[in-house]
Amino acid sequence: MEFALSEEQRLLQDSVRRFLEQNAPLDKVRLAAGNTHTVQRSLWAGASELGIPGMLIPEDFGGMGLGFLDAAIVYEMFGRYVAPLPFLGTAVMAPLALMLAGSEAQQEKWLPKIAAGEIIAGVAVTESIGVREGAGVKAGKGTLTGKALFVVDWAEADLYIVADSDHGFHLVLPDAKGLSRRALNTIDKTRSVGELVFDQVAAEPLPRSSADAVARVIDAGRVMLAADTLGAGQMMIEKAVAYAGERKQFGRVIGSFQAVKHLCAEMAAALEPSRSLVWYAAHALDEVPDDARLMACHAKSHLSEVGRFVARTATEVHGGMGFTDLLGLHYWFKRIGFDRQLLGGPELVRLEAARLQGWAA
Amino acid sequence: MNIDFTPEDEAFRDEVRGFIAANLPRECADSPALGVMTDKSVVKRWHKTLYEKGWAAPAWPEEYGGTGWNATQRFIFNEEIARANAPRLMPFGLTMVGPVIYTFGNAEQKSRHLQGILSGDVWWCQGYSEPGAGSDLASLKTTAARDGDHYVVNGQKIWTSYAHEADWIFCLVRTEQSARRQEGISFLLIDMRTPGVEVRPIISIAGLHHLNEVFFTDVKVPVQNLIGEENKGWTYAKYLLVHERTSIGGVPESKKKAAHIRAIARAERNADGGALMDDPAFQRKLAEIEVRLTSLEYMNLRILADAAAGKAVGPQSSLLKIVGSEVQQALGELAVEAVGYYIEPVGQGALPGGANARGIGPAHAWNVWADYGYGRAASIYGGSNEIQHDVIAKAILNL
Ligand SMILES: Cc1cc2nc3c(=O)[nH]c(=O)nc-3n(C[C@H](O)[C@H](O)[C@H](O)COP(=O)(O)OP(=O)(O)OC[C@H]3O[C@@H](n4cnc5c(N)ncnc54)[C@H](O)[C@@H]3O)c2cc1C
Ligand SMILES: Cc1cc2nc3c(=O)[nH]c(=O)nc-3n(C[C@H](O)[C@H](O)[C@H](O)COP(=O)(O)OP(=O)(O)OC[C@H]3O[C@@H](n4cnc5c(N)ncnc54)[C@H](O)[C@@H]3O)c2cc1C
Repeated sequence: MEFALSEEQRLLQDSVRRFLEQNAPLDKVRLAAGNTHTVQRSLWAGASELGIPGMLIPEDFGGMGLGFLDAAIVYEMFGRYVAPLPFLGTAVMAPLALMLAGSEAQQEKWLPKIAAGEIIAGVAVTESIGVREGAGVKAGKGTLTGKALFVVDWAEADLYIVADSDHGFHLVLPDAKGLSRRALNTIDKTRSVGELVFDQVAAEPLPRSSADAVARVIDAGRVMLAADTLGAGQMMIEKAVAYAGERKQFGRVIGSFQAVKHLCAEMAAALEPSRSLVWYAAHALDEVPDDARLMACHAKSHLSEVGRFVARTATEVHGGMGFTDLLGLHYWFKRIGFDRQLLGGPELVRLEAARLQGWAA
Repeated sequence: MNIDFTPEDEAFRDEVRGFIAANLPRECADSPALGVMTDKSVVKRWHKTLYEKGWAAPAWPEEYGGTGWNATQRFIFNEEIARANAPRLMPFGLTMVGPVIYTFGNAEQKSRHLQGILSGDVWWCQGYSEPGAGSDLASLKTTAARDGDHYVVNGQKIWTSYAHEADWIFCLVRTEQSARRQEGISFLLIDMRTPGVEVRPIISIAGLHHLNEVFFTDVKVPVQNLIGEENKGWTYAKYLLVHERTSIGGVPESKKKAAHIRAIARAERNADGGALMDDPAFQRKLAEIEVRLTSLEYMNLRILADAAAGKAVGPQSSLLKIVGSEVQQALGELAVEAVGYYIEPVGQGALPGGANARGIGPAHAWNVWADYGYGRAASIYGGSNEIQHDVIAKAILNL
């Protein structure tokens, strides 16, 4: 047993780090945040050169054939740089749905396009987790009717993968007749979500759909969100430590006050151990199917709590500065807040974990 | 100790409740639930209503327009205000500079300023913090140089809440460079319309505009606007900070929030489709916070009773500040949990200037996020919680 990243994984993470450091600095993020529902094409093209959209897609379909642990460490970097890119739906949840439930023809048609970074794929699964405002999608004969909220990677999607209320996945084209789309502005301006309303919209079912396939897509999404929070939290700690080393009050840097030191140390003590949980949860998706769902729940709920703690503590260290747009700290604060609620908040996910273990009815 | 309400108290409660019910305009009652920022016009209207009734400043001495109520009556009043979800009156005049003026100001200053504060016609803001002087307030650098019958003020303030809506600012300025930094500071009242005063907005984490930078360039301020003695401003500033921290416990605001959360929890469903309010895990969380809030409330009452009995409110106010801000933040977090997904969409609700516009999803969720984001500031403003812990260690525990 070796509980560590491989050399290849470290290289992969480093290359993504360098790419985002150079191509997605804060001023770019600010610009993108002003256009949440516009895909950052040149940035996505750069990510595509690194193979990111196709990282989970088998090599036969033009992808890299990597695993979820690889995807998690990449998304951790996306969180670190609050990257305004459609990774969660397009590079993880949509390809996984196609691989698990699609026909060969569907896979051959769509996976290479995703892998090449040519298309954006939005994913609608919220109602499989919990139904709000009577939303939910019903499948009829080749059509869908109903409403899906919080569709991931909603903006400029070339394809939507929609879960109906009977665990069926469907492919829907954005220009399909009877489909109306509404952007949702959320706290997190670095990722696009939206609503889809279906009125007898032509849809192509994924023939191998099952409750398990839908659940596995959600599991993977949850682990990715945990990884995103991990990266965002790590950056917030680094920013707080850097600020504590620069900001002077009472004639000394505030980092010299034990109260501030301890705020920083508490963040590190909370976040660093959770890194192992995220890695294991991602590894379990790849290799330990019996553990995968429970670990996805644990990673999602735990990182949500740790992330909130880190976000508020890093803000505290920044004093008044933490409340402003001046340093942009709030992009990380909000990214972590968004990760917490998407695909199930920690309260709901913990209940699910209790049920998986037979503790709750 | 006697904690029963007398029949007179109950009659007083009926009177207050009746007055609020008859006079609080509907849009006033609605607005605080929707936004962290209530529109100026709404607050002004409600302030005026209370003023006309003689109830704008219950804590002030009667000779300056206070109500003469005892501590119990003030408690009942606050409770009824919270119950009715009435907007909070701006604290900068009523709880900050007002008491400084009637305690340390001269006759001319009292007659000039107190009336406008009481009626709500004149709005104030607080010019303490500077870019280099936050926690270390005494290191402030804005100067006021005496020139005949004027001071000439130069420098910069930051984090000045509502400066863009204020008519006057009360400022700490340096009038002398002295070895002890706390000496040489003076307390100056400045008309915001004086040439050379410039306000620039700072947009907050919640996307709202309530913070500002205020720049002073050769601003001429008449010496009559100096409070008390020159170079003694630190004493007045500290008096005010203690006052600020007593109300910073924010009990009425937190009670409103708790009520709002109960309303959310009755409307929201939990994972199984039942009312969130019936979920034992949620009930426990809410109960735990309400217990903390109740103990805060009683501590606040005890401190107010001491104050009413003539005992100085000292470092105890730091305890109120810490517990109060923590309760407020815990409530903010619970509200976020309660609305679940609907924390995500922000409508106009959290955009600059439009704090009370309509959002997406159920109305009770509209400003929960903005409120949560703003709530993070509670452990910073009025002296950060880390500083308050230092005060407690030093001044209460002699460490
Ligand atoms: C059950 C038990 C078993 C033990 N077993 C062993 C053993 O097998 N072998 C052995 O060698 N020792 C043992 N110890 C001793 C243990 O290592 C010491 O108690 C410990 O190192 C703390 O030292 P102290 O008791 O002198 O407390 P102090 O060092 O005096 O600390 C008192 C308090 O001050 C705080 N403090 C001190 N310095 C700082 C600082 N710079 N910043 C912030 N806070 C500070 C501490 O956190 C603590 O809260 C044992 C202790 C216990 C309680
Ligand atoms: C929403 C909001 C509204 C405000 N409104 C006003 C207003 O109307 N008027 C006004 O004058 N000011 C206002 N302030 C300013 C507020 O009082 C200051 O932000 C506060 O005093 C902290 O100062 P700072 O921001 O410079 O942080 P810093 O003092 O730089 O503090 C940064 C961090 O270091 C910690 N720290 C600093 N010194 C110590 C120490 N000795 N020991 C331990 N920890 C320490 C702090 O706790 C904090 O975590 C407002 C602030 C906010 C956020």
